[in-house]
Amino acid sequence: MIEISGISKSFGDKVVLDDISCNMESGKVNLIIGSSGSGKTVLIKCIVGLVQADQGEIKYDGVDFVNMEDKDRKELRTKIGMLFQGSALFDSLTVEQNVMFPLDMFTKKSVTEKMHRVNEVLDRVNLKDTNKKFPAELSGGMKKRVALARAIVLNPKYLFCDEPNSGLDPQTSLVIDRLIIEITKEYNITTIMNTHDMNTVMESGDHIVYLYKGKKQWEGSNQDIIYNKDPYLNDFIFASEFLREAKNTRMKHRDTAEK
Amino acid sequence: MIKLLEHIGRYLIMLGGMFSKPENARVYWKELIHQCSEIGIGSVGIVVTISVFLGAVTTVQTAYQLISPLVQKSVIAQIIRDSTFLELSPTVVCIVLAGVVGSKIASELGNMRVSEQIDALEIMGINTKTYLILPKIVASFVVIPCLIVISMFLSIWGGYLAGTLSGIMSEQQFTQGLLKEFIPFNLTFGLIKAFTFAFIISSISAYFGYNVRGGALEIGRASTTSVVVSCVLILFADYGLAALLL
Repeated sequence: MIEISGISKSFGDKVVLDDISCNMESGKVNLIIGSSGSGKTVLIKCIVGLVQADQGEIKYDGVDFVNMEDKDRKELRTKIGMLFQGSALFDSLTVEQNVMFPLDMFTKKSVTEKMHRVNEVLDRVNLKDTNKKFPAELSGGMKKRVALARAIVLNPKYLFCDEPNSGLDPQTSLVIDRLIIEITKEYNITTIMNTHDMNTVMESGDHIVYLYKGKKQWEGSNQDIIYNKDPYLNDFIFASEFLREAKNTRMKHRDTAEK
Repeated sequence: MIKLLEHIGRYLIMLGGMFSKPENARVYWKELIHQCSEIGIGSVGIVVTISVFLGAVTTVQTAYQLISPLVQKSVIAQIIRDSTFLELSPTVVCIVLAGVVGSKIASELGNMRVSEQIDALEIMGINTKTYLILPKIVASFVVIPCLIVISMFLSIWGGYLAGTLSGIMSEQQFTQGLLKEFIPFNLTFGLIKAFTFAFIISSISAYFGYNVRGGALEIGRASTTSVVVSCVLILFADYGLAALLL
């Protein structure tokens, strides 16, 4: 579990995050949603320590991350996997070498053991016959799956996904979402995903935090979101006429059922 | 002025941040060997071409200027030897290497920064300064002086070829001039320059590449800036070393 309390961050005069507090639970896909510029990426970067928060506390399973010694922080980071928006695969390495990289760096396993683990995780993300290919030879969805395989190869306790669906078609997005959900449940990982993809919100949002202009505007689950009464959240989630109608129909059904 | 001080401060912090215990010495060693190959083999062609022509052109132009019958022909070989050791090989070749190696380091690191590969390494718990920058600086320290030694040899060989094939002087006159009043410190001085310039090229280009913010345009800008700054610093260091050590 990751506890976030009172996180604030400014760049110059611009306040990007203003007193954000929430708990991200284990075995659940925790979503951070919000429009572009709402502070989603900065929040996720603060949580993983890529950006230093101006104030507030972040605790990984009760351990203070902000004031942690460098040595302890390095050790904790071996338990963190991250899937980046652009995949962030190493261009000069093949798929196999990319996935093997954390194993090479942090384990003393034999080459056979490492290869076995690499093939295992590549199978897990449904990638076959791509071991010797370079990232430039892969499609967007395949790159995301390789990046996911690399993120989970060391059996992380915490998985961060920064807009994993950006640039993907709806079907491929769904494949990635379902993989993340399965892996989260299977290994009881604390997953934090940052997205503005509504399919992802409805498919995998066990716990959702909605940011609006750097502030936490709403918190709940994908079940609660349909019936929420927050005008900003409704404008964001049900932006199109079609979705507004779908929400109204669902509300009417619920009201009828309650009567 | 404040921006310059900020750059100097960030550069020094970057250098200080490089020295940490490697997570896995074998992976770092592999990276060092890879960098030696990238920097060394990638630059051999241009170093060979430039060096041979530097020596050849110096021979022809020195002969053109020494018109007095009182000056022995062997003096030409002496001039080629000393100017090659003291200035031509270390300085000219390093200025070219600032373009070849420096821009490569800056654009490689810049691309890694922009495509979040550096962030991915940080998240894994790897000290990216130690893993990405230190091997490049150490590799430059190892490889660039070797390239300079090769360049010195080839420049003198180029001078010999131009001198003998064009009939400016005989083989014997060239050899005689080459051995006459040789000061071993000149060679040492050339190597001191090579080490200094190797550090400037690799660390300056790594600094500009590592700190890229933005996209493809900024990578290009960082690459150009690193070459310009490296060249200017090489020239300053060149004068400084000459004033101090000669």
